[in-house]
Amino acid sequence: MVSVRQQLDARHLLCPLPVIRVQDRIGRMARGEQLEVFCTDPGAASDVPAWCRINGHRVIWIREREGELAILIEVGGGER
Amino acid sequence: MSEQRKALALISGGLDSMLAARVVMEQGIHVEGVNFYTGFCVEGHTHAIRKRDRARPKRNNALWVAEQLGIRLHIVDVTEQYKGVVINPRYGYGANLNPCLDCKCFMVGKAVEWIEAHGFDFIITGEVVGQRPMSQRRDTMRTVVRESGAGDRLLRPLCAKNLPPTLPEREGWVDRDQLYGFSGRSRKPQMALAERFGLSDYAQPAGGCCFLTDEAYSRKLADLWQARGSREYELDDIMLLKVGRHLRPRPHFKLIIGREEGENNFLQGFRHRFIQLRTVSHPGPLALIDGEAGEEDWELAARITARFSSGRNAEQVELRVEEPQGAQRLLRVAPMSAEEVLPEWYL
Repeated sequence: MVSVRQQLDARHLLCPLPVIRVQDRIGRMARGEQLEVFCTDPGAASDVPAWCRINGHRVIWIREREGELAILIEVGGGER
Repeated sequence: MSEQRKALALISGGLDSMLAARVVMEQGIHVEGVNFYTGFCVEGHTHAIRKRDRARPKRNNALWVAEQLGIRLHIVDVTEQYKGVVINPRYGYGANLNPCLDCKCFMVGKAVEWIEAHGFDFIITGEVVGQRPMSQRRDTMRTVVRESGAGDRLLRPLCAKNLPPTLPEREGWVDRDQLYGFSGRSRKPQMALAERFGLSDYAQPAGGCCFLTDEAYSRKLADLWQARGSREYELDDIMLLKVGRHLRPRPHFKLIIGREEGENNFLQGFRHRFIQLRTVSHPGPLALIDGEAGEEDWELAARITARFSSGRNAEQVELRVEEPQGAQRLLRVAPMSAEEVLPEWYL
């Protein structure tokens, strides 16, 4: 089964705004869906996974390319 | 079986709010955290912008605290609503443009809205009587209780024994005997309690977690308001005050000059809103002109910008001036000497 994947552009936002945008979007998504978020603040590489860990979501991967981060999250896929 | 009671803790990322939440968790209460983003939070911004700071490990302290405690954290964007607190504080400012008492009333008030919307029973803060000159005095802590609308749903576990019993204490949801009676500015009781809980790594931000307590930042914000003849601001405005050198050589415009590559890159993102200058004949900064500068002002702006380039001792430096609509022009100017850049221009 292919998971539903949404995308979120959080480029040019400074932390914690990327985290807030992720939090607000995931609040409207269903368990098992995936969110791919794009960021330019390097702090997002630690803050978004931290937020996911404490809220029970799973970071599937983080990729960095030319100063941009892409983070793929599975909603509700983590342990709490 | 008794009902599981739920509390919302205001988590700043510092030690006191962490301890307050932990003390209540110890009593079997379900605790979740909330952190309000005002736009003035010191958290991480200069770290994100300045390239030289990126080598240092980065963490969001509020998220880190929540993770240590094992609780959920809700980060709430209050930047728009917070403007009223900064622009027109009922209880005035502290030493700088910090409206600490209004801020505390506002944040506890937002927490009240949150618990009412989510079915939580009470609110926790890490306040300590006598800890802060404005917002943490016995009288002003009563003001927070009243103005926020929290009433007796606001529990301050670190100093509860110095205050009248609150709803969770009276109802027996928490045992007052297991709360604390801290007071004053000493940090020793908190540090001892942290040790008891096995917490050795916690943030101790010098000067607090808000840019409004910073003298230099407040001076730049006051200048912005004066120059515009209005106290209105947008999020971009208050972000830019955190970045670069700010010089106002004329009343009708100021320059924001990047100090290093990371800041130049950040300022580049504002090219559609401001006229920008960039040295092309020599390595140098990117500068933005904020204000009503006409073409007659560009040479002055260019000479100042050239002063901060590696061509500062050259006879001429060439710069590209780019308007927000994209029109470009090259200027050749003599860089200002150090003496010509007047000290009173620096904000």
